[in-house]
Amino acid sequence: MAPLLKVETLSIAFRTRKGEVQALHEVSFEVAPGEVVGVVGESGSGKSVSAYTVIGLLDQAGRVTHGGVEYDGKPVKGRERELRGREISMIFQNPRAALNPIMTVGQQIGDVLKRHGLAGRTDAKAKAIDLLRQVKINDPEERYAAYPYELSGGMCQRVMIALALACSPRLLIADEPTTGLDVTTQKATMDLVRELTRERGMSVVLITHDLGMAAAYCDRIVVMEKGHVVERAPVAQLFTNPQHPYTRKLIAASPGPRSELADLTGGLPEAPPSIAPPKKRAPGPERLLEVVDLVKEFPRRGGGLFAKKPAPFRAVDGIGFQMMRGESLGLVGESGCGKSTTSSIIARLQDATSGSVVFDGQDIVQHPSARFARMPERGRIQMVFQDAHDSLDPRWSAAEAIAQPLRRISGMRDGGEIARKVAELAEMAGLPANLLTRYPHQLSGGQKARVGIARAIATDPLLLILDEPTSALDVSVQAVVLQLLDRLRRELGMSYIFVSHDLNVVRLLCERVIVMNRGRIVETGTAEQVLHAPQDAYTQKLVSAIPHFEPEKLRAS
Amino acid sequence: MEKLSRIGGRILQAIPPVFGVIVITFLLTRALPGDPAVFFAGLMADDDTIAQVRAELGLDHPLPVQFLFYIRDLVQGDLGNSLSTGRPVLEELATRLPASLELTFAGLLFAMAVAIPLGVLAATRPGSWIDHLCRVLVTAGVSLPTFFTGLFLIYIFYYILGWAPSPLGRLDFLYLSPPQVTGFYTIDALLAGDWEVFWAALRQMVLPAVTLGLFALAPIARMTRAAMLSALSGDYVRTARANGLRSGRVLWVYAFRNAALPVLTTLGMVFSFLLGANVLVEKVFSWPGIGSYAIGALVASDYAAVQGFVLCMALLFVVVNLFIDVILTLIDPRVGLES
Repeated sequence: MAPLLKVETLSIAFRTRKGEVQALHEVSFEVAPGEVVGVVGESGSGKSVSAYTVIGLLDQAGRVTHGGVEYDGKPVKGRERELRGREISMIFQNPRAALNPIMTVGQQIGDVLKRHGLAGRTDAKAKAIDLLRQVKINDPEERYAAYPYELSGGMCQRVMIALALACSPRLLIADEPTTGLDVTTQKATMDLVRELTRERGMSVVLITHDLGMAAAYCDRIVVMEKGHVVERAPVAQLFTNPQHPYTRKLIAASPGPRSELADLTGGLPEAPPSIAPPKKRAPGPERLLEVVDLVKEFPRRGGGLFAKKPAPFRAVDGIGFQMMRGESLGLVGESGCGKSTTSSIIARLQDATSGSVVFDGQDIVQHPSARFARMPERGRIQMVFQDAHDSLDPRWSAAEAIAQPLRRISGMRDGGEIARKVAELAEMAGLPANLLTRYPHQLSGGQKARVGIARAIATDPLLLILDEPTSALDVSVQAVVLQLLDRLRRELGMSYIFVSHDLNVVRLLCERVIVMNRGRIVETGTAEQVLHAPQDAYTQKLVSAIPHFEPEKLRAS
Repeated sequence: MEKLSRIGGRILQAIPPVFGVIVITFLLTRALPGDPAVFFAGLMADDDTIAQVRAELGLDHPLPVQFLFYIRDLVQGDLGNSLSTGRPVLEELATRLPASLELTFAGLLFAMAVAIPLGVLAATRPGSWIDHLCRVLVTAGVSLPTFFTGLFLIYIFYYILGWAPSPLGRLDFLYLSPPQVTGFYTIDALLAGDWEVFWAALRQMVLPAVTLGLFALAPIARMTRAAMLSALSGDYVRTARANGLRSGRVLWVYAFRNAALPVLTTLGMVFSFLLGANVLVEKVFSWPGIGSYAIGALVASDYAAVQGFVLCMALLFVVVNLFIDVILTLIDPRVGLES
């Protein structure tokens, strides 16, 4: 069958201040009618750039230097405008930002229908509502008049799908369509895309960094690295018999339900630096942390001037658990389940409404968070934040960022001593000493994560709270950071609370897992138990939604 | 319905600032140097006469009592009499305010008409000649003082080219002012169907309005350019393009409407600047507006007139901002939800 889309030896260069940079090197791949092709790769691999070129949305600084794109046997160049929406459409990541904030979603769908002559003034509304119904939005008549900010991320992505399918195009390009969505929403969205595109016999290009997702939804996969296509293969073949070393590395680094921490880097963990053995800690109670009936309420908006105040929203609704010294505990759940609120109360960045948190034999919720910041206990509980970039001050070098807790919390004054300690911490976190003078924008994602970790362990904490520390990192970087965290915990005798939405990642680092939903704990157990034999209905749904590839299963099929 | 209640709430919020303004104008005028009673009684007055004048003016009471009197008069619409002319302040403001407002609006209209298209064009073609023109105009607009631009324009267009009428007031003395309805000469002339007066009034207004407009242009053009740039790089514009919408619709309906939100906020601020800049422009063009009136009153320690002027300006300020907020509420469904 003749391919619907043919990308042929496509090369693209970007003008930058440092001259032209080659972003794509002779990239070629084909998409047959009705086929789902996954384009996988880590950030900077050029997977999005190739998609934007297909639809003619390449940034002004970008220039095609070689090759081109053919759609339906004819070059796309010069025809992009007529093809967009009508023949080729696209869905994006971050769906809420991808919709016009000041227009109702119905109007936006109507706009696309009217542009392509599929609806007039009179029937645009009815057709838009029909499309909303097709993407399975409840109460489509009501949602027609909703603004994007009134809808959840998953709903917005459904609206995006409705927009993209409005004119029954033959090719859909999905650029990381579920990044940032919860796993269950992610599964629902992708299932919907699959169902709708199959019904219409459409071809799909799925751009993703998530191998599990690519395995679950694609027929064929194209692997890209630094602007080159390194491998092209049908799904089963790619995962059972990867040819290129990069593909192998990528597959190894993606945590699956059975992978071990050491497997992630293909059995080659980075050389551990020589760490001075930790000082003997004063013995304390065996039970490091006890959370009792913790409640956090937020006032709800609205009610007006004279109306009754609405009941406050309970983000954390009577949570209780215990943690032993040296234990590592995973806190898992979807967005809005209260896991981040719980962790930031334990870290004493937020005050609780009621309940108690006994840390190392002392109830720490009594002290308001503002006062706790100046107490010596502050150094005992530290955090590693989700966004390694945003949690570093852009005007501070790596060394200054790491030195900050030493000055503020540990009260060190002597410059030489601080410098020695910073160097030691950087070495422990695997950050090369020559990078210490750099500023955050000069560091890579993984290096920034290491700065954040070095800063968190600077005060020699007993408990480290890790809030999705690897969710913004590429899988290969995530693999080494996870190994680093695991090693640090064993060598420094810390306890971890690992907050994440990704059960596969949590399992690698934690012995015990707590699953939260709507502010409550729905299940606790060992990581293996929760992942392989979940008891609670919600946990079962959560586990089954995780996209993953299991070479054994693929081999069997 | 929800929108109406939000607008109602916003109007209620405007009340405390108005009260604050009343208190501050009252205190400020009392703090002015110079004793109005002495000024009024005249050079030959002895202590008794001064005391008598003071009692007549109500200045012998303690401040809180004076304030209560002041409030009572305000409620009755009485801003007091001007000490220098003896006429009610309210009446004088009422004749002069429309002159200033007409000029300010004309200046603002001119500035918007130039700055908004310029900003949009500059944003759609960054780095092009129009972008550079925009930058030059913005720099010139902020760096040239209004009295200078005013005199410069008079020199060129009146003195050298002779295109503009003499810069003396709102209407050439050949014409009679139109019957007062709104107090805006152009509109009143149109209402009366008198085209000749309309053109005459418009001709008089061009130079001062352009002078004011050049000053107001800079912030509007800059804001439009910045807001358009960020809107155009927004994800929703990319979506609109990916769905094949026409570039005109993408530009005006998707990008510009979103960019209009910060631009409108800037317009509110610019309007207030213009009220201040008016004072100088009115002097240069002998415009019988509220600005030149205020300067005269200030120099003469005419506290009732100063009080009336400040109050009037502050109220205008509040009303304009209120108006802009209401428009924003109508355009942007998210207003009031973020806080």
